[in-house]
Amino acid sequence: MIKFINFLVAAVFAGTPLLFGTLGEIMNEKSGHLNLGVEGMMSMGACAGFMVGYLTDNFLIALAAAFIAGLLGALIYAVLTVTFMADQNVTGLTLTIFGIGISNFIGEYMIVNSHTNSLKLPEVISQQVKNIYISGLSDIPVLGQLFFQYNPFVYIGIITAIILSIYLNKTKTGLNLKAIGENPASADAAGIKVTKYKYFNILLGGGICGIGGAYCSLIINGGVWMSNSVNGLGWIAVALVIFASWSPVRAIFGSFIFGGFNVLKYYFPKDIFTFPNAFYDMLPFVITALILVITSVRKSKKNTRPASCGINYYREER
Amino acid sequence: MIERNIENYAIELKGISKKFGSVVANNSIDLDIKYGEILALLGENGSGKTTLMNMLSGIYYPDGGTITVAGKDVTISSPNDAINLGIGMIHQHFKLVEAFNAVDNIVLGTKGKYQKPKVLKEKISEISNKFGLEIDSDKEVYNMSVSEKQTIEIMKVLYRGAKILILDEPTAVLTPQETEKLFRILRKMKEQGSAIIIITHKLNEVMEISDRVAILRKGNLIDTVKTCCTDENKLTELMVGRPVSLKIKRPETDNKKTILKVVDLSVVGEDGREALKNINFKLKRGEILGVAGIAGSGQKELCESIAGLMKIKHGAVLCNKENIIGKTPDEIIDLGISMSFVPEDRLGMGLVSSMGMVENVMLKSYKKNKGFFIDKNPARKLSEQLVKKLEIVTRNVDMPVRMMSGGNVQKVLLGREIESNPNVLITAYPVRGLDINSSYLIYDLLNEQKQKGVAVLFIGEDLDVLLEISDRIMVLCHGEVKGIVDAKNTTKEEIGLMMAGRSMEGADDDE
Repeated sequence: MIKFINFLVAAVFAGTPLLFGTLGEIMNEKSGHLNLGVEGMMSMGACAGFMVGYLTDNFLIALAAAFIAGLLGALIYAVLTVTFMADQNVTGLTLTIFGIGISNFIGEYMIVNSHTNSLKLPEVISQQVKNIYISGLSDIPVLGQLFFQYNPFVYIGIITAIILSIYLNKTKTGLNLKAIGENPASADAAGIKVTKYKYFNILLGGGICGIGGAYCSLIINGGVWMSNSVNGLGWIAVALVIFASWSPVRAIFGSFIFGGFNVLKYYFPKDIFTFPNAFYDMLPFVITALILVITSVRKSKKNTRPASCGINYYREER
Repeated sequence: MIERNIENYAIELKGISKKFGSVVANNSIDLDIKYGEILALLGENGSGKTTLMNMLSGIYYPDGGTITVAGKDVTISSPNDAINLGIGMIHQHFKLVEAFNAVDNIVLGTKGKYQKPKVLKEKISEISNKFGLEIDSDKEVYNMSVSEKQTIEIMKVLYRGAKILILDEPTAVLTPQETEKLFRILRKMKEQGSAIIIITHKLNEVMEISDRVAILRKGNLIDTVKTCCTDENKLTELMVGRPVSLKIKRPETDNKKTILKVVDLSVVGEDGREALKNINFKLKRGEILGVAGIAGSGQKELCESIAGLMKIKHGAVLCNKENIIGKTPDEIIDLGISMSFVPEDRLGMGLVSSMGMVENVMLKSYKKNKGFFIDKNPARKLSEQLVKKLEIVTRNVDMPVRMMSGGNVQKVLLGREIESNPNVLITAYPVRGLDINSSYLIYDLLNEQKQKGVAVLFIGEDLDVLLEISDRIMVLCHGEVKGIVDAKNTTKEEIGLMMAGRSMEGADDDE
């Protein structure tokens, strides 16, 4: 039982970067842009978050830096696809390659210039990102462990998801955004500023992805800089958007389930059957592939990809 | 609210011009419309009607000229500007978000605070009562019929308080009854002081609804006439530039033998619903069987199942007593069943848009070619013959067909099918998007085939044309045959009712 609760907690921890990536991609796709650069934007966030944290000892500034780095990555994408009508798939893939490359480059550069041949976060910032403890609440058996003992990222992620959900479903701007993703020509004819909305939401999505990246470098790697810190999570996030059927709230559960797959190897009882570790590493990707197959077979007009996602919008097209 | 002096001009256009590359879409156009007036904008395809109106609705920006709305000079640089000026446009292709319900679509893009759906619904029903619109607020757009969607579009405009309404070919996809309903709404809006511009190329509708008619030809405004002082023939002459006979021939043929028999055909469509339900009909040599129906009533599935492109749930298609179900498209073509299916994008099925005429003509014949290498010469000769015979305008036979105009593409497609000497010719929307001249050329081609003893299945959308050219008309509604009637003894109204779902006595007589 305790082991199972530990598994659930570990799943939440492992799922949090996925949650940020998924939320970011949802905002992109809701504005009609399939952004395959999630991995790249997360990498940029990871690098900026770590380096700024390393240099300033301040978690909040690091967080802001990660957000801005992701946002800048998204800006490249937005300029190319919204303004210059470049192919979304190719641009996204390029952004991924670019993001990983520049993060690794900066990381290497910093290591070479450090005295110790490795980068480790100062103690101050590690203290700021450690799991919270609220006396009373956190002590409740089981519940306390399940709900009140995470690091700040987890709570930021869940709150972000809820805010985005309200934004999309309960506000006029959200309605306008959804209309753009479904049919930009209709939105345009209704007087909505399509380009402005697209930029805003693509950049917002990129920033959120960046925070997810910071989680990878600050938390998962235990405060030591490593290259390729995002390690494919961005790709799973792209697929998770489909699993969550474009709903920020469902993205919370989807991320934690996939987080569970990621940590399964440490918690699966070895006495029943022993799989090789590579099997567990493969598992999330296999499940992702399966989900893509299942969801593409399912046919419903509700809860599907925004109709114009992947298609650039040009008003005077004839 | 705009001050409503009945003598005030709602819109005045002076010297409006617009170019697309080297093509002049509008050449210095002067036009005006008053409040409480319905103006019809008449012209052939490509005459610049839609372009002109798109400049009023802010989709395009004019290259030159001035626009005056309600007495004030304005610049309309975005749809938002148009809305603020009280101009609402209903586009030919509806600008609705399929996944949203009626309310969300109507309020989309409006300013002001977020309001509860209940409040919005009350506001909407208030307006719909005023103008006699019927709206189901909670229905999602993808579940709506074309007519319902159009009502939503009109509601969108009214909800924004627009006093100037522009409709781009609003009746193209409606049944006669739905058209009547639309016209009732428009008349009511006119009474309330709205200015309405309606783009169309259907002359009878122009005569019925409009107060004045403006005729465009090749980007120029030819004339503006009062509807009461003109008639259909005069309008056609203005529109085409020379007198044209509007009569479509219907030559009589004898020896009508059934060649294609469809028995209990049922097909499941792409969305998993039954697209065709127990279809029964016969197609005879030397006749044109027209197929009428609202778009999406199973026309596409009917074509594709006869051509062997769709999986059939049950039923049979007999060609000369031989069941063709289960045969490959290739084998069906060998039986002499030819399809010139022209989907909405014209080039979709049938022609490869980036290939030239020669290659497209070869698509159907290259398999008869012996040896490893392809001999292009017969196809080239045939293409050149077609160009001469059908007056196809093309620089040369190797020019990619996508660079041809719609009418010429249509001619290539039909010409190729006809050259294969088919027994059965299936043609869907062959005159879609064609001007009057090209349309009549296509009608003549079909009649010629009919006289040669070919059985023609003509899937059309313009009821007037169907009534004139067909020998019999089959009406489809939601994938069911609502009746097969003799085209000489039926009326538009009768067919309209059947399109809307009423069953009628059949005329599918046995020989």
